[in-house]
Amino acid sequence: MRSSAVSGTRHARPRGLPSGLHLAFTALGGLVLLFIVAPLLGIYLKSTFGEVADAAQESEVWESIWLTVWVSMAATLAFAVACIPFAYILARKSFPFKGVVTGIIDLPIIVPHSVAGIAILGVLARDGFLGGAAESVGVELIGTPFGIAAAMAFVSVPFLINAAREGFAAVPERLEKVALALGASPLRVFFTVSVPLAWRAIVSGLILMWGRGMSEFGAVMIVAYHPMITPILIYERFGAFGLKYSRPVCVLFLSVCLVVFIILRVLAWKRKNADN
Amino acid sequence: MLTIRNLSKSLGAFSLRGVSFDVNEGEYFVLLGASGVGKTVLLEMIAGLTRPDSGQIILDGKDLAKESMQKRRIGLVYQDQSLFPHLSVRENIAYGLRCQRLGRLQIRSKVNELAESVGAQELLDRNIEALSGGEAQRVALARTLAIEPRCLLLDEPIASLDAQSRGEVRTLLRNLNRHGQTMLHVTHDYEEAISLATRIAIMENGTIAQTGTPESIFQGPKSEFVASLVGIKNFFKGTLRPPCQNGQLSEFIGPRGVRFQVLTQEMPGPGCLIFRSEDVAISNECPRTSARNVFQGKILDIVPAKLGVEVSVQIGVKVSALVTQSSIRSLELEIGKVVWVNFKASAGRFLSE
Repeated sequence: MRSSAVSGTRHARPRGLPSGLHLAFTALGGLVLLFIVAPLLGIYLKSTFGEVADAAQESEVWESIWLTVWVSMAATLAFAVACIPFAYILARKSFPFKGVVTGIIDLPIIVPHSVAGIAILGVLARDGFLGGAAESVGVELIGTPFGIAAAMAFVSVPFLINAAREGFAAVPERLEKVALALGASPLRVFFTVSVPLAWRAIVSGLILMWGRGMSEFGAVMIVAYHPMITPILIYERFGAFGLKYSRPVCVLFLSVCLVVFIILRVLAWKRKNADN
Repeated sequence: MLTIRNLSKSLGAFSLRGVSFDVNEGEYFVLLGASGVGKTVLLEMIAGLTRPDSGQIILDGKDLAKESMQKRRIGLVYQDQSLFPHLSVRENIAYGLRCQRLGRLQIRSKVNELAESVGAQELLDRNIEALSGGEAQRVALARTLAIEPRCLLLDEPIASLDAQSRGEVRTLLRNLNRHGQTMLHVTHDYEEAISLATRIAIMENGTIAQTGTPESIFQGPKSEFVASLVGIKNFFKGTLRPPCQNGQLSEFIGPRGVRFQVLTQEMPGPGCLIFRSEDVAISNECPRTSARNVFQGKILDIVPAKLGVEVSVQIGVKVSALVTQSSIRSLELEIGKVVWVNFKASAGRFLSE
């Protein structure tokens, strides 16, 4: 009954919106879409197959793409361990200064990424709080995948927390209460009721965080220029050799990102359909 | 068995103040009250999901404040069933069993047993979305019965169901109680209360206004609120006989053998007959009307009511009639006078037990 109601409204023209205005709004939307798609498409159209094939044979390119993909994924998964329970607390509990806490979570979105890089460098450098502690046990953070992951996570973590928080907020509290009354421990309720029901939002947050982390340039450049992640490699080739030499790497990196992004979206969509 | 003592909870717009009552072992106890008086919160406090501001909840002599929610063994079924949407019917019923860390085979056979006890065997592999309201309520009951609750708390379990499912779930609840399950059921529906309760407590303004058997409450409401909530003074326990051969007109044998005619499709058996005071007419002569229930009796009392005047007549049982002031004058009604009372068989409502 619910699905027929939805399909019924899908065909109806939005109420109160005259068809002319509807058309104008759609045209504006089309322009925005074009603004996103056209430059990306341009990269593909302006690169020849030979240029891309040459770039694909360079081990430096593939190493950097692989580094970018795995470090951003590792950063996302590592932070998920802390962020998902934190998002649950934010969705369920009221506490003093909650507004301030949610504001702090959103802070990395507005902090310029170069500033974020400098800030992280201050913490991870040898004379910094974490860097000093790591060095005392023989671990170097700056210029390593650890540093890259930290910079990526700093700028992308709000996406995961916010998506997961909205997911948890949408889970009816009563279902958790029923599970508790059935004898489940709070931890069991979290893993068997809250997380599965918020799963779609959590996955969406994980994809967003991973995607945002992978595309980070500014903060990573300051914290770890080497080993080179692909956005830095592209920047370096652009600076040293110009547009023509950086574009094939862009094509390869963009293609890998799109493939992974599409796979994850399809998996999430399949799960959604299976749930329905 | 379950004792609630001076339970209080402030909840913004309303509050529960000094709620006290006892539920005995094997009893079907119904809390009857208007919507929004805190009945659900009261159940959540008993289940341990909400902390009371003050007061005690004692189960089998043990103060539950010191008992963890997981060990209370108090089952709670909500009006909206609250089944886990990401689990199948089988997994829903098994949820509480998994928490007890039972073996896989043990869980499987227990789930089958529970499903059978609520008539949900054929639903086991269905998705939750595919269930009707009545089916979902049966699954919710099976899921809660899995923890073998000492007391089963039911929050308006019938209210959101269609007429047919209501009857089915009501029968199921009654059977569970007959097999010894102690029940505490909250509702705003007095018919539900009458047809199920061993005892009823009426909630008014966040506290218990009256407690007693259905007869004592319906026949002797102690406050105007209780009277308006239960609405019906003519309430008799008895047995419905099978209908006579020409249709749905059945005979109801009330207290002291008083026989009433009632139009009903309910199955014969024990139950209650209720009819409104407004439907009872009084006359000085034996009336020649279509009414199937005509009795002669003596007026016991004449009391002004909110609307009109309430006249109680002894016809073997006490019947209440609501008449106008002008009828009192024109018929010269007074206490002790012998009059005729009548009401139609269709005005009577039989609620099976």
